[in-house]
This record gives sequence, C-alpha cells and structure tokens, in this order.
Amino acid sequence: MQKLIKNLSHIWNKFKNNHKSFWDELEEQMVASDISINTTGKILEEVKNHVYSENINDIEKIKSLLKDQIIEILKTDGNNNLNISPIPPTVFLIVGVNGTGKTTSVAKLANMFKGNGKKVLISAADTYRSAAVEQLQYYADKLGLDMVYHQKFSDPGAVVYDSVEKAKARGIDLVIIDTAGRMQTSYNLMEELKKIKKVISRRIDREVDEILLVIDSTTGQNARNQAELFNNSLHLTGIILTKTDGTSRGGIVLTIKNDLGISIKLVTDGEKLDNIHYFDPVEFTESIFS
Amino acid sequence: MFELLTTKFENLFYKIRNKGKLSPNDLDDALREIKLALLEADVNFKVVKEFLENVKAKSIGENILESLTPYQHVVKIVNEEITRMLGSTSSGVIFASKGPTIIMTVGLQGTGKTSAVIKLANFLKNKFQKKVSIVAADIYRPAAVLQLEDMAKNINVDVYSENNSDPVSISVKGIALFKKSGSDVIIIDTAGRLHVDENMMNEIVNIRNKVSPHQIYLVLDAMTGQEAVNIASTFNQKVECDGIILTKLDSDTRGGAALSVYYMVKKPVKFVSNGEKIEDFDIFYPDRIASRILGMGDILTLVEKAEKVVSEKEARRIEKKIYKNELNFEDFIGQLRSIKKMGSLDKIFSMMPIANKSKIFKKVNLDDSYLSHIEAIINSMTVEERRKPHIINGNRKKRIARGSGSSVSEVNKLLVQFSKTKQMLKQFSGSKGKFNLPLGNL
Repeated sequence: MQKLIKNLSHIWNKFKNNHKSFWDELEEQMVASDISINTTGKILEEVKNHVYSENINDIEKIKSLLKDQIIEILKTDGNNNLNISPIPPTVFLIVGVNGTGKTTSVAKLANMFKGNGKKVLISAADTYRSAAVEQLQYYADKLGLDMVYHQKFSDPGAVVYDSVEKAKARGIDLVIIDTAGRMQTSYNLMEELKKIKKVISRRIDREVDEILLVIDSTTGQNARNQAELFNNSLHLTGIILTKTDGTSRGGIVLTIKNDLGISIKLVTDGEKLDNIHYFDPVEFTESIFS
Repeated sequence: MFELLTTKFENLFYKIRNKGKLSPNDLDDALREIKLALLEADVNFKVVKEFLENVKAKSIGENILESLTPYQHVVKIVNEEITRMLGSTSSGVIFASKGPTIIMTVGLQGTGKTSAVIKLANFLKNKFQKKVSIVAADIYRPAAVLQLEDMAKNINVDVYSENNSDPVSISVKGIALFKKSGSDVIIIDTAGRLHVDENMMNEIVNIRNKVSPHQIYLVLDAMTGQEAVNIASTFNQKVECDGIILTKLDSDTRGGAALSVYYMVKKPVKFVSNGEKIEDFDIFYPDRIASRILGMGDILTLVEKAEKVVSEKEARRIEKKIYKNELNFEDFIGQLRSIKKMGSLDKIFSMMPIANKSKIFKKVNLDDSYLSHIEAIINSMTVEERRKPHIINGNRKKRIARGSGSSVSEVNKLLVQFSKTKQMLKQFSGSKGKFNLPLGNL
C-alpha cells in the first residue's frame, strides 16, 4: 500500500509557523488521496477540536489524532472476515464496473480458498464480454478448478443456477461467481444483477453469503456513486480494493465507509495470484504514515 | 451531486440579493464554491489552484462586480476557460501524408484499451472509409488476443497476432505485413501497464522506437481520480502522447480527470467512448465536458440564449412594471415569444441542471402545444383586454374561448394563474426582474 499522505513530515514543520497554512495543506493532501471534501472536512474538524481544546502543540500527537480518526472510520464492529456458510456451498458474487479487475479478483479469491483446503467452483456469469470466459478458464485450468460456463450471450441467471446446482451435487464448499462489468447507471444491467442474486438465494435458501463490489483504487469520487448504486440494488457485504500496487491511494474507501457504512474486506496488490489480502484498518492507516 | 453548484450559487445569490452588487469577498465565496465543485469532479487539486487564480484575474479584468448577474458571469468565465483549454489544441484525426497511419494505444490496466481500439477502428473505417488493421501486442492478459480477434471479426477488421513472441517483434512484423496488404490505418493494441512499472514502460518505448507510430493515444478512464495527472505525465514522458481517448463516459462521472490531464501534459482529448456498443465512440467536444465537470447541465448555453433574445432594456422595462404591479398580457406574450425563440420547452428543460428530471418531466406537461395554446388565448383578447385584464368579464371570456378554440374554464385558469404570478412577482420584485411563466396544468 502506498503512502496515503505523501510528504507528511514536510507539512508538519509548517504547524510551528502558520496554523492556517498547515491545515490547508493537510486538507489538500487528503483530497489528493481521493478522500472526498466532506470526509476530509469531518476528519479535520475532529482533529482540530482536540488540538485546540487540549492545547496540543506536539506534532506526533496530532499525527496520532489523525490516525485515530481514520481508523475510527475504517474499523468495523464485527470481524472483517468473509462470511462462510455452515451449510455448503457458500456463494460469493463478484460485481463492479468495467475494468476494475473482477476476473482477476475471482481467480485470486479462488486461489486463496483452495489454499485453505476448500473445494472451489468458479462460475463464469460474464456472458457478454468477448473472451471473458476464456480468460477465466485460463485461471481455472491453472488452479485446477472446475468452472461452469454457457455460450456467449446466454442468460447469466442460467449460468448461476447451473453453478449452484452443480456445487450442491458435487459437494463443493465455495462457489465464486464472476459477473460482467457494468456501469452503475445502467438500469437494465443492474436489474440483471438483482435477478442473479434472486436466483442464488432461491437455490441456497438464504441471502448470498458475500456480494463484493470490486473498486479500482485509481478511481476518484465516482467510486462513491458506484458503491451507493450497487448497494441500493444488491445490499453489498463488502468491497475489494484492487490495483493498490500503483501510486493511487484509494482514499475514496474512507468516504465510502464513512458515508455508506460499507467495509473494505480485501485488497489486491499485484499480478500474482497470491497478491490478495484481508483489509486491516490499522495497517492501512499505519501505511499512510510510514 | 449534479445540481450541487447551481444550488450553492443560488444560496449565495440570495445572500447578496439586497446588496445589489458583489463585493470582493463575495467573489472569493463564489470561487470557493467553484473550487469544491472542481475537486468533487476529480480535477487535481494543484490544477484547481492554478486554474482559479486565472479565473479570478479574468473576473476582475472583466469587471464582473459591476455585472447584473455576477455569479452567472463567474461561472461563464470558468466554463469558457475550461472549454478554451480543452479545445485549444485542434482535435480530430490526423492521417499520415504518405503510407499507412500507425496508431499506438497505451494505458493502465482496465481503462478499456481493447474496446477503444475496436471502436476507433470501426469509427475510422466507417467515417473515413479507411482500411484498418490491428496488431495484438498484449501478450500478458489471458485471452486478450482472443478478445481482440473476436471483436474485430464483428467489424471485419484483420488482426495480426503471434504466439510465443514479444510485443516489439509482433508489432514490427504485423506492421510490415499490413503495409504490404495495403492498410490505410494500423492500430497497435498494447497491454495495460502501471506507469511505475519500469520494465513494462520500457517495452512501449521500444515498440515506439522500432515502429515510429504517427499517433500515440493514452487511453484514460474518465472515472480516474487525483492520480490522473501522474499517470498521464509519466506515460507522456516515456512515449510522447498525441492525445487522449477518454473512456467510460457513460457512467455518471463528472470527468474532471480530463481537465487535470490537459493541464499537466497539454494534450487534447481526441475521442470519447461512452457505451457498450461499438458505435458508442465519437470525436471529443470540449464544451460538453466543461458543463459536465461543473455539474451545471447546459445552463450556460441557456443563459446565452436568453441573453440573445431578451435585451437588457426590455428586462428593465418589465422589472419596472412588475414593481408597479402594472404587468399585463401584452408583456406576457412578449415573454412567451422570447421563450419560444429559445427552442422547444423540453429542450430548454433538458439544459437545466435539475435533479430527477424525468420525475418532474412527468408532472409538468412540457408539450410545446401548451405554449401555443396560451398564446392563442392571449391572441384572442383585444388590445384593451390585454392591457387591462381586470375588464375581462363573462361575455368577454366566452368570446376569447371561442376565438382561441378553448373552453371558458381554460381562459379562467390562465387569468387566475396570471394574477397569482403577478402577485408573486410583486413580492419578489427585488430579485432583478425574474419573470416566470405561470406554468401549471392548464
């Protein structure tokens, strides 16, 4: 994870001379990390309250106040682990806009659970994009996993139906479903996802165990719209933040958690299949200041 | 989010309404709102800073503090600046003077390079009747070549691909082959790469050195955040780019990254891609993105249109009449005709930055026949009746209804709404002669 707030120590020196320019610059650095103006304002207001009511002059103390505020937003009440059903198969549905890294995330998740000794089935419900099935098949072969797929342009609901039925018949522990990328503003495609969700819950007699939205960490403020609209349609259980090996800082996840209460569950950070990790709020925040 | 800036500007406007003029502090308030709007649109914070300094200088230069509509004027300047910057370098397609035009696309993973390559190929093929071929130089992503070949088949374009080879020699061989076979345009689709990945960046430098493309396009996701400037400037440093292809504009992103990138690398957006279909691809129009970034709808076009059809003198005359409560149907029909000159009602409406447009659309019947209907009723009045609406009695109403092909109750409705509007305008007469149609359900 890259530093969320670059050159922070450089700004700290300003505090001694000019408070206003210090706060202004801190605000800029936070906005530069794609944290929204509102979230930035909220965090800084809290920090300022402490600093001025307690007469804090120590830079280290301000740093830790800032960290605390960010951790406070990012932390979850329960645990951050993925929800595994006591009655197999557990089903994960992976959704997101085009190009965020859904297919790669599916492969990484499959690899992770296969490593834990689970029997995993991959479901290729992106029947729309050219060669999407072949791309996923490559990973399934590489991992030695079964994959359910239909013809191009066939109904993704049918693929999902088949996948869950096969999983039940074969004693599969976990089904991971890859869906086609879609803009959150596309009414028809969002309805299609709702239908897919319904098909799954009917087959397993409960809500889908995880519905994870894949967000590209390079994305700016629109990531909030993505999270909001996907959540409105599907009730997301969490977020996978991808491409964090780039220079983008993914600050928008703070805004998403703050405004919508959706937790970040996983982070991916490289081309290799094991470049996937559970999200740790403290670690994430610490890395900001490293 | 869409109506954000407009709402804030209206609030500011009410705050200073009674002052009549803008103070330098008010200008700073307005600029602060614009700053927030630009940041919310993902314009890079450094760019925002510099940009607003220019706007401020220009605002003072144009004496906007004296303007009748100072806030609108500031936004107009901002809008013009964005449009000017984004459109100052000529966009469009540049073909090589001799031999095939070689185009290379580069960009991060997942920005939509492959789709953009197919859409561009289709665009050049159909709009310019060019023979287009594609070289598949993405050997990394599983099934990337297959995706390209599959999509190219749909538009009848040849693809050169090769197993077990490197992108540089694939490009060289592919171009040699397509030169022989008489292609007018050859597009190289490269793999997505991180701008900080030294090895991968060197790969596109090597391709460029070997095949000397005429045009290199950076494919940029319109939803990119603050980092867009670093991404674009790194790519531009490595392989000098000629322009940007802005993708995924069919989302609800405001697309401020386009402005940031222009500011940092001074390279124009050449094309936009905005949908799932192959035809969802076009040349870039800077004025469209400007109002999108500001979240203002096309309100500026509307302001300009209104400025053209309503002279300031006329506006002042009306304002005076409203103040004296002397407004009559003669003034009203004049206004009505001005509105009609601006275009159809639904078009005017579509330019307004209003949230939930479609909902409102259903409530208000924006049929143009509504205006014609009102006009017909007023036209059936005598000059005296138009000037002194209060003399319109039962008999006159019947005559007017007959003359305009409407019912007495419709005439009544118009009269009632007109007098209500008059009352309202009287109350608001401080607000610079804003004139509203008594839009209701007739």
